Amino acid sequence: MALYSETVMDHFRNPRNVGVIEDADGVGEVGNAVCGDIMKIYLKIEGGIVSDVKFETFGCGSAIASSSMATELIKGKPLEQVLRLTNKAVAEALDGLPAHKLHCSVLAEEAIRAAVKDYYDRQGIAYDPKEFPACDSCEGCQIS
Amino acid sequence: MIYADNAATTKMSGASINAMLRCMEKNWGNPSSLYGLGQRAKEALESAREQIAVCIGASSREITFTSGGSEADNQAIRSAALLGARKGKRHIISTAFEHHAVLHTLKKLEAEGFQVELLPVGALGSVTARQVEEAIREDTALVSIMYANNEIGSVLPISEIGAVCRERGVLFHTDAVQAAGHLPIDVGAQNIDMLSLSAHKFHGPKGIGALYARRGIPLANLIEGGAQERGRRAGTENVPAIAGMAAALENACAHMEENAAKVAVLRDLLIAGLSRIPHSALNGDPINRLPGSVSFCFEGIEGESLLLLLDDRGICASSGSACTSGSLDPSHVLLAIGRPHEVAHGSLRLSLCEDNTEADVDAILKAVPEVVGYLRNISPLWKDKVSGKKEFIL
Repeated sequence: MALYSETVMDHFRNPRNVGVIEDADGVGEVGNAVCGDIMKIYLKIEGGIVSDVKFETFGCGSAIASSSMATELIKGKPLEQVLRLTNKAVAEALDGLPAHKLHCSVLAEEAIRAAVKDYYDRQGIAYDPKEFPACDSCEGCQIS
Repeated sequence: MIYADNAATTKMSGASINAMLRCMEKNWGNPSSLYGLGQRAKEALESAREQIAVCIGASSREITFTSGGSEADNQAIRSAALLGARKGKRHIISTAFEHHAVLHTLKKLEAEGFQVELLPVGALGSVTARQVEEAIREDTALVSIMYANNEIGSVLPISEIGAVCRERGVLFHTDAVQAAGHLPIDVGAQNIDMLSLSAHKFHGPKGIGALYARRGIPLANLIEGGAQERGRRAGTENVPAIAGMAAALENACAHMEENAAKVAVLRDLLIAGLSRIPHSALNGDPINRLPGSVSFCFEGIEGESLLLLLDDRGICASSGSACTSGSLDPSHVLLAIGRPHEVAHGSLRLSLCEDNTEADVDAILKAVPEVVGYLRNISPLWKDKVSGKKEFIL
């Protein structure tokens, strides 16, 4: 059996929405080089809806595929819905990830939340900080 | 398909397959049985033992068959530890970049009260005989140092280390899994007391290996049972695999010089070509190096994605990134030579054999820069380095 599902391999080989939005309304970056994954999400927001989204990722196959799938899942969606995106939904849309790769889908969820938070900050839109916890829950970050 | 992962395993040679088939068809008896069929299997077993002994300059009584290199490493270290402990010697010297079969065994011995000293391997990935000499103490029970490193290809000064150990009267074990069949081995001239072999690294079958232990060194059993292997390793011998191993090693040793010369040319072409990729670095000793081993780190990318994209182009390779090791840390070997985590994640190992061609090298040298370039182009880490936000490491 292959390591990854066909959907993961498809999104890895042909990542959707890869690139940069120069005049993005919100940018989120999570992960770190020591762990081996960094995801950066660029959002364009129009009327409370994600009108465009791009990503850049340093990481393994599942990190790139998770970024690609997550951007597909939020494109054209209102922000309230975007914030309800879970890592589980990303992993399910990819037809599953190996257990030791699930943190890649967590990273995708966190990168998107970080980008939305950046948008709120820039716009001066009030939000509950508890909704945007700092990225410190990932076991990968515990490398000394 | 271009197979460039010979340090992981090799394709069986024709000589090895034929030897196994012959054995399975004709000598399938139990070597412990008295009747002719069993005795013929016993003859096949003993002639294989003799063939292997000759290849490394040992006598056949000094060869014990095991399930592979890992078991041989375990048994060698355990035996030396037991022997040392009887004389109150509980200090073991090894290196930071040994195979896990060695390191994990040492870790267990540490928990059992042994003192393990792992010598640093420096930026090029090697140790000197002087380092070993300085580390040897009155209570040193064993020095265990690999002949050649599996990940970065460095070849260590085993003869010099052997001489130091012999002079100081300390047992010397070497894990020669990557060296056997590729580099000359003479256990007598090199003062090697114990040596581990694995058949599938020199075009033999998987699941079979051997431990050489100099006459007079008692081996401790890891597996209790019957009296096979003169009581040193219980269980009916895997005669076909043993015959396959002997044929493979004999074949590899017979062609060692020509193969090494041919493969080294390809290796050097790869190293020269890959060195042209900006912000890359060769891992391991550039001079004292296994003929087929190429290991690089490419900054700004992650190794698993590199491997998957190379696989799409028909190239089989490996990496020391955390994502390929199944753990959170990248390869302990790359960390041991001082590569930071970030850089170690972007590693690529290509290991060649005599079946590889210049066309393979050309294809690899076309694919790797393209894939590295593509992955860098989608990497925010790389962008930060290019824009000056983060510093380049390589």
